[in-house]
Amino acid sequence: MSTEPVLPELDATGLARFMWRQLTSMRTALILLIMLGVAAVPGSLIPQRTQNPMAVRQYFIDSPELARWIERFSGFAVYSSPWFSAIYILLFISLIGCVLPRTFEHFKAMRALPPLTPRNLSRMESFQEFKGTGQELTDAQSWFKKARFRVRVEGNNISAEKGYLRETGNLLFHLSLILILIGVSVGSLFGMRGEAIVSKGERFISVPTSYDTLSFGKLVHEDSLQPFIIEVIDFNAKYDALTNAPQDYTATVRVTNPGEKTSTIKLLKVNSPLTFGNTRVYLQANGYSPIVTVRDSTGQVALQGPVPFLPQDGNLRSIGSIKVPDADPQIGFVASFLPTFARDAKQGGISVFPEALDPKLLFSIWEGDLGLDTGAPQSVYRIDTSKMKRIGLSSLKPGETFSYPQGSITFETFVPWVNLQIVDDPGKSYALYGAIAAILGLLASLFGRRRRIWIRITSSGVVEVAGLAKNGAPGLDAEIENFVKYLRREI
Amino acid sequence: MQTTWAYISNYFVYSAMGVFALSFFAHAFETAWAVRAPEQSEATTGSVLAKTLDYTRTERAARIATAMMVLGFLLLLAGVIARGISAKHVPWGNMYEFSITGALAFTGAYLIALRKHDLRWLGLFVSISVLLTLGTAITLLYRNSAPLVPALKSTWLVIHVVAAIISGGVFLLANVIAASYLYLESMESKGGRKLWAKRLPDLETLDQLSYRLVAFVFPLWTFAVIAGAIWAESAWGRYWGWDPKETWAFITWVAYAAYLHARVTIGWRGKRAAWLCLFAGSTFLFNYVYVNVWGTGKHTYSGL
Repeated sequence: MSTEPVLPELDATGLARFMWRQLTSMRTALILLIMLGVAAVPGSLIPQRTQNPMAVRQYFIDSPELARWIERFSGFAVYSSPWFSAIYILLFISLIGCVLPRTFEHFKAMRALPPLTPRNLSRMESFQEFKGTGQELTDAQSWFKKARFRVRVEGNNISAEKGYLRETGNLLFHLSLILILIGVSVGSLFGMRGEAIVSKGERFISVPTSYDTLSFGKLVHEDSLQPFIIEVIDFNAKYDALTNAPQDYTATVRVTNPGEKTSTIKLLKVNSPLTFGNTRVYLQANGYSPIVTVRDSTGQVALQGPVPFLPQDGNLRSIGSIKVPDADPQIGFVASFLPTFARDAKQGGISVFPEALDPKLLFSIWEGDLGLDTGAPQSVYRIDTSKMKRIGLSSLKPGETFSYPQGSITFETFVPWVNLQIVDDPGKSYALYGAIAAILGLLASLFGRRRRIWIRITSSGVVEVAGLAKNGAPGLDAEIENFVKYLRREI
Repeated sequence: MQTTWAYISNYFVYSAMGVFALSFFAHAFETAWAVRAPEQSEATTGSVLAKTLDYTRTERAARIATAMMVLGFLLLLAGVIARGISAKHVPWGNMYEFSITGALAFTGAYLIALRKHDLRWLGLFVSISVLLTLGTAITLLYRNSAPLVPALKSTWLVIHVVAAIISGGVFLLANVIAASYLYLESMESKGGRKLWAKRLPDLETLDQLSYRLVAFVFPLWTFAVIAGAIWAESAWGRYWGWDPKETWAFITWVAYAAYLHARVTIGWRGKRAAWLCLFAGSTFLFNYVYVNVWGTGKHTYSGL
């Protein structure tokens, strides 16, 4: 005799129905919710490419073997990884499967009458009885009306119910989570994000070639850029003299809207971006651009202009490279700019204050192949000196010139630069409305109290009152106490 | 002028610590001295050694303990306000300021809850944890009063951080209660409460109380996260970027959401619910310590 249990045959629809029921069960939803929380953890411990690409690169240098394994599990891009997406997509399907049927049910329940008065009221919560005067049913009706109960009158019984707002809020909360998800998806599919460094005095025209970095959503075309123009007229940074911490950044810009000829002067600050329709422009970072003039041995200008340098610390010690590809052989300067110069025994030249109080340009001069023709992407702040030879080393203050056999370099002056971040997120208003609706729904669902109150006058003229609180909502006793007092004309 | 106010603030914080210490000793005294050894009596039941609790003897100590708690709260409030005046901004620009304001919120949450519920037994935990927080703040985290960095100059600093601090204070209170639940539960399952614990509320009350606190403050925490997102949109150009602080705020949110669902929908009570509550609360604490001290990302304003 076989002891194997006999399983009922499941056809395809049966299986699908079974899976659907499993997925939309509360227990599965709860497990998925907890999984989502746990899955979010690694992204906060491992550097993420979207936030800190430098740290990811460093990770690959420090421990390449581990990094390769992390990469295999999308560990450097957790929040767009297949497994993270799988969890939240399943969670949202489960949520929709749970919430939609309940919405229809609730809609029906809201239009239906409260259920009939139970036969035996003395078994219900906070049961009370007293000898009536005959006025109670009318009094009860007016009390229920004033307290905005839904009422069903049937002979000598009244069944009243209140607190549908709780379920309404609950459903609103969950539906608005879906709206937030839609907002996030719209933003990532139809959005755009770019950055550009603009030195003081320069103009930025919003076309793809002006950006240092630029990325588009999957469903948006490059032509959709708004061609506004921003000219950085001035930039002011204020620092605290005691702590060196920044206090204020203000950029004064001249803005020309797309398609317009006139321009307006505006102030751009950290917490107040410029707005062009859906596109916003943020002041994100700042630094210094030394202005240099490089001449060849005949005195011809080979390069002139501001060169943005990259800040390395809070005192804006900045590194950069000045590349002169037109010289023959090519010339490059590996340089650092120190806004307030000081000499440190260990590190050499450092900066001790972020404002340019005693600026200095330190550099070494290299001759050879800059490697620009290989086509491989290169940092504008660094030079690959593997095919070059060092021919000099010096430091300059503004206005000074250093001559070497192949030419000369003049450190004319310096200007500040600002990093503009340009973002177009057409989905963010959906996310915001979703968030507001979610809070309102949450408040209604957590503080709403659903309860029923019944009153019956028996044939012997005894008034019976009882109630039922759903989800153990507090305060029913006090409410019924109040109700009875009203009926007995004590208040 | 700026430094004068900073000194005044420090004196207030030091005085508050002294008063909280007195409160702690008064609470300890109340519990310890209420135990009365039996007088020599011809007990018939054989439980000669059974001690009894007599709280009438220590009622005065208990009153002093609560009064000291209120006084400590007021002194700390003065200290926080003076700190704000000295720095010319709301007093949560770095981790020291955030810690003293957080301790204030925690004490405030306790005192408000005390008006409605009989929570005096919690005073022992509350006073010692406030003392530890203030002690850590003033020794390890102290930084000179300084102006705000540009990214923090926004109205949202007030809204977002107030909501986060109040939520944190209430979450921690719920955590303390859930921990007490687990402790008392294990004591009961090992054969009944010890004498000093007899007066503490029954398990059912503790279970309900920690749930009520979480349900009450969960919408506020949701609001704190959303207010942060709105602020991030105007300061950093995106409303959500999975910055470590944001990620952990999200994890805390998910954990409390799971807790509320487990209770309301599946009907978890008692031990399992208390563990889940503790877990959710510890994600909040982890966020506070980890991101401020070791973390990277855009939320590192601790000044450490």
